[in-house]
Amino acid sequence: MSPTEAPTATRGPSRPRNASHARDFGRGFFLKLALVGLVDAFGVYLAMTAFGQGAMGVFWGMVVVLVAVNWVYFSRRALPMKYLVPGLVFLLVYQVFTMGYTAYVAFTNYGDGHNSTKAHAVDALLIQNEKRVEGSASYPLAVVADGAELGFAILDGDQVRVGTAELPLWDVPAAVVVDGAIQEVPGFEVLSRQDVLQRQAEVTSLRVPVSDDAEDGSVRTQDARQGFVYRSILEFDEASDTMTNVETGVTYTPNDRGQFEAADGSRLQVGWRVNVGLENFTTAFSDSRYATPFLKVLVWTFAFAILSVAITFFVGLFLATVLNDDRLWFRRVMRSLLILPYAFPAFMSFLLWRGMLNKDHGFINNVLLGGVGINWLSDPWLSKIAVLGVQLWVGFPYMFLICTGALQAIPKDVLEAARIDGAGKLRIWRSITLPLLLVAVAPLLISSFAFNFNNFNIIEMLTEGNPRFADASVPVGATDILITMVYSISGLDGAAAKNYGLASALSIVIFLVVATISVISFRRTRALEEIH
Amino acid sequence: MSTLTSAPARTTAPAPTRRMSFGTWFAELGWRYAVGLVAIVYSAFPIVYVISSSVSRSGSLSGSARLFTSFSGDNYAALGGTRFWQWTVNTLVIASITAVATVIMGAAAAYAFSRFRFRGRRTALTSLLVIQMFPQLLAFVAVFLLLLSLGEVVPALGLNSRLALIMVYLGGALGVNTFLMYGFLNTIPKEIDEAAKIDGASHAQIFWTIILRLVAPILAVVALLSFISSFSDFLLAKLILQSEENWTLAVGMFQWVSDQTNANWGLFTAGAVVSAIPVVLLFLFLQKYIVGGLTAGSVK
Repeated sequence: MSPTEAPTATRGPSRPRNASHARDFGRGFFLKLALVGLVDAFGVYLAMTAFGQGAMGVFWGMVVVLVAVNWVYFSRRALPMKYLVPGLVFLLVYQVFTMGYTAYVAFTNYGDGHNSTKAHAVDALLIQNEKRVEGSASYPLAVVADGAELGFAILDGDQVRVGTAELPLWDVPAAVVVDGAIQEVPGFEVLSRQDVLQRQAEVTSLRVPVSDDAEDGSVRTQDARQGFVYRSILEFDEASDTMTNVETGVTYTPNDRGQFEAADGSRLQVGWRVNVGLENFTTAFSDSRYATPFLKVLVWTFAFAILSVAITFFVGLFLATVLNDDRLWFRRVMRSLLILPYAFPAFMSFLLWRGMLNKDHGFINNVLLGGVGINWLSDPWLSKIAVLGVQLWVGFPYMFLICTGALQAIPKDVLEAARIDGAGKLRIWRSITLPLLLVAVAPLLISSFAFNFNNFNIIEMLTEGNPRFADASVPVGATDILITMVYSISGLDGAAAKNYGLASALSIVIFLVVATISVISFRRTRALEEIH
Repeated sequence: MSTLTSAPARTTAPAPTRRMSFGTWFAELGWRYAVGLVAIVYSAFPIVYVISSSVSRSGSLSGSARLFTSFSGDNYAALGGTRFWQWTVNTLVIASITAVATVIMGAAAAYAFSRFRFRGRRTALTSLLVIQMFPQLLAFVAVFLLLLSLGEVVPALGLNSRLALIMVYLGGALGVNTFLMYGFLNTIPKEIDEAAKIDGASHAQIFWTIILRLVAPILAVVALLSFISSFSDFLLAKLILQSEENWTLAVGMFQWVSDQTNANWGLFTAGAVVSAIPVVLLFLFLQKYIVGGLTAGSVK
């Protein structure tokens, strides 16, 4: 089939049964070819880079994605997948994989002190424990720079060798040496005395590895003229899998916590991540450092989510009922003004209220309450009330909107019939309006609960979880809900030591709570609908 | 009040055209205006305050407590000396790309589920329902670690990259949206597709030129909801975008306000007014559609 024939061939019912659009060389085909080609080019580049750096997980992931994409878009048998693949790739990588990874991390001690694999930990230990080798030779040295990156050039006999923090020493035969001083190194600029003095701290902390093997040590300098070889006082023996301190003679063996431990119980600082089973979960529930604040936070999270829904729904329903009267003038205007807090971006509302609730300069204390100094954001109880108050302001318009919608959807004839049967206003409201309204909004109330259960923004932006619990050793406070507590414990905000394992375990606990509620509510709403 | 005596007679036969006495009027309608007025004052005063603060001459929190004591454009002018506009551009770019891609991918998936019958279709729909119960927010540690590793291979996909943030957001593109659109697509008669197919349209032509046009309103709602959710995302944006020039408005403005000296209050209020006005107008303008989307199950 030639490109010009393609359109006629696809038109009309006489198209052969097995002629697929995937084989038609029309405009769409070339567009597809270009797009898939783009994805392939990027994917192959990514896979090759990953392979070059030894990141095998990324490499295999990319290979699988590429094979799948090409098969789907050039096969005739995968028609539905053509529409599913783009979203599916993102879903699998950024949602399903991260879910799985969260579950994996929850069972490890991943975090500060246990950041990587054992091989990395061994390297880090060797590097951290380097000392100048007694009586080792000193080399004439020059500080060189490649752009902003510093390096050393040393004179080893007649040979000039150069290296940086990243690249171990290599021979540079083309370097120029005059009177035992290195004058020129190709590819680098030899720094003058002046420049070296300016970057003194950088120079004295620079460590240029002798070779790829961390056990060979590194070249360092104190005065920028003489370089010495530093070697680790630790020695790693691969055969016996032990670390030995050559100065003291103490031998460290790996324990099941991912650290090297000596017979006397002393441990080396850098460890690696290992599977710790259910330990993170038991820590959360039974270790008093975590269990007490965790319980308080759990109770407050439920209280916050339930009260948020309750008060916003109550106020929203009240206003919707009051304003739901056809005889009222300016109803549209009033409605538009009432939903202003909802239209105003939520995160800005939280920040705005944070300023308004400021103890000394805030609008609430200074103007509305006439100059009182109420500590809205740093008293354990007042801060909880403040959070709920702000939530009421931000959230009632949503409830107002959905209640108005539900009220207007109630058939007028049902109300009319009740009135004819002699039911009073209150009776109609209780027996007809409210049940019908609840059926309509119950699923929304539940999703609102689930949303507020994880309402990270209001807590983090309004109080950051403050005030802190005085007795807790973890940075958790009176207004922290579970998700902000997980954020603090993960250490990613920089306030505490990183503990990815415990944070992931708590994420899973939250998920279990939310999922249980979703499932129960799903059943309940179905039951409600069946009744009515 | 002199007509009060005749009021009971009138309430028994309320005629909308006839004038009510004040007492009746108040009992029937007037108090509703009063409640409405109180509610409007309640919902509007913080917004009046933010506008007043933004035009106040003093740029600090303490100097802007009283309403409209001074007028000046200093705070707005001062925004030019900050990264505010850069953050605005970042936010708009990230949220727009996410919204468009979310709509296309969600609609495509919904099209596949609605129009094709294939093996594993029911399983896929159920798994999607289960997966979307796990909020992406909860996996933030894993997202951080994933980007840490990806960034070592390609920095553009790692931490501190706006592209990476968009891709993380797109991880949630299927999920709720697919179900929302799936329901909508099912309401479009299959006969339309079949007629087009007989006329020789390919499945791609049916999707792009027929189905997408027919469900345009729901596409707009999904795009808007997606835009709002990435516009106001704070946790992932803060974790991923580390250097100041990559920040979004949520991250940048949080930094301003969380500063203990409160010196940036003028900047924040001016920035809030500038960036909220388009959002508020858009919201009031599209009220009808958004309310439709809300009752379909999305919460702000």
